[in-house]
Amino acid sequence: MVDLQIIQDNLPAFLDGARVTLLLLLASAAAGLSLSLPLAVARVSANPFLSKPVFLFTYVLRGTPLLVQLFMVYFGLAQFDLVRESSLWPLLREPWFCAWIAFTLNTAAYTTEMLAGALRATPSGEVEAARSLGMTGFDIYTRILIPGAIRRALPQYGNELVMLMHATSIASAVTLVEITRVARDVHANTLLAVEAFGTAALFYLALTLCITGLFRLLERRLLRHLAHPAGAS
Amino acid sequence: MPMLIEYLPILLDGLLTTLSVSLVSLAIASLFGLAGALAKLSSGRGARAVAGTYTTLIRSIPDLVLMLALFYGGQALVNDIGLRLGWDYIDVDPFLAGSLTLGFIYGAYLTETFRGAFLSIPKGQAEAGLAYGMSGVQVLCHITLPQMIRHAIPGFANNWLVMVKASALVSIIGLDDMVHRASLATAATAQPFTFYAAVAAIYLVVTTVSILALGQVEKRFSLGVRKAVL
Repeated sequence: MVDLQIIQDNLPAFLDGARVTLLLLLASAAAGLSLSLPLAVARVSANPFLSKPVFLFTYVLRGTPLLVQLFMVYFGLAQFDLVRESSLWPLLREPWFCAWIAFTLNTAAYTTEMLAGALRATPSGEVEAARSLGMTGFDIYTRILIPGAIRRALPQYGNELVMLMHATSIASAVTLVEITRVARDVHANTLLAVEAFGTAALFYLALTLCITGLFRLLERRLLRHLAHPAGAS
Repeated sequence: MPMLIEYLPILLDGLLTTLSVSLVSLAIASLFGLAGALAKLSSGRGARAVAGTYTTLIRSIPDLVLMLALFYGGQALVNDIGLRLGWDYIDVDPFLAGSLTLGFIYGAYLTETFRGAFLSIPKGQAEAGLAYGMSGVQVLCHITLPQMIRHAIPGFANNWLVMVKASALVSIIGLDDMVHRASLATAATAQPFTFYAAVAAIYLVVTTVSILALGQVEKRFSLGVRKAVL
């Protein structure tokens, strides 16, 4: 029923696609995380000139579909002569660069809100203790608030990474040859939907299990102080 | 800008497709979610295993891949059966396929939402119903289901927002939704940014209205529940 020969023949293409998927995931996650940390600090700031613009950014990016955001970058920017004449145009013409920009901004928006929530959840006693020890605002952030927030946000961030990995499948809509594009090409050539998309699904399943497994290890290490004494769960 | 005004009715017509796909999917997802939650909470081992596999598998695979698999796979299956029964070639309606697929996918997420909501109802409620001689179905319809709704609304609202945005993917399987309309307008006017930005703005209006409306619904269902004052 399932044509294993087709799967075997296309396995190298799927592996290449998996490499593109992983590269997109890692590049977007790294850039998105670096962006989101300062943004989260600005988001929880008491100064509305800092927090409101960040809220607007996360609200717009979380309220619109990623596919549309990607189209705005990849197809949309070419509308402006200014962009087409700029020195960045050779990059902005590239699908992988546009996908990277779109995914980075999108994950940055979700991660910012997540980190901001974790920052807000800091027990007030921790900040008071730091203050009474004479720490200044900067020290309190780098030594108390941010390390604590990262720990609290860790399980959620694992979910975000899985979501982001799944979202990279949308890059297939702008000609990027990642796992989903390979599957669509195999399907177009053979008309075997189960073989083409089933293989892609298995790849994604494996990647999902890798990410969740990795985060389980990370959590065990970073959240050791929260583990149940008997080692349960 | 004048181009946008000229094409706006066409985009808004696409919005109708987007909204109807989303609403039909939501209805289907709610059915799958309810069935999944009841299966996961049931004592039957088989039902629990099926529901567990459903939620884990669906949530590990991207929406787009599932959508393509179910759309093309479903089309092949229908025609495979059709061939044997001597039917003509059947084109699966993308609206039906899109809504069914989205509903099937988000049913897995709603399963978890509903399961959590059922679990937050004190056990004594159902036990009291049974003690009065109600049947299992009666307990479900008169006691647990009505109370579960209040707990499910936040997760339900979240899933609705994600699903509205995911409905943009149906343009890839050839449904004539707002995103597809925008790409047609783009081809005719060479103003891609204007049209995709307009579509993004319309989505933003839909999500904002949804957030406000569902906030009201939550308030309505939480009447008579006192909030803890910190």
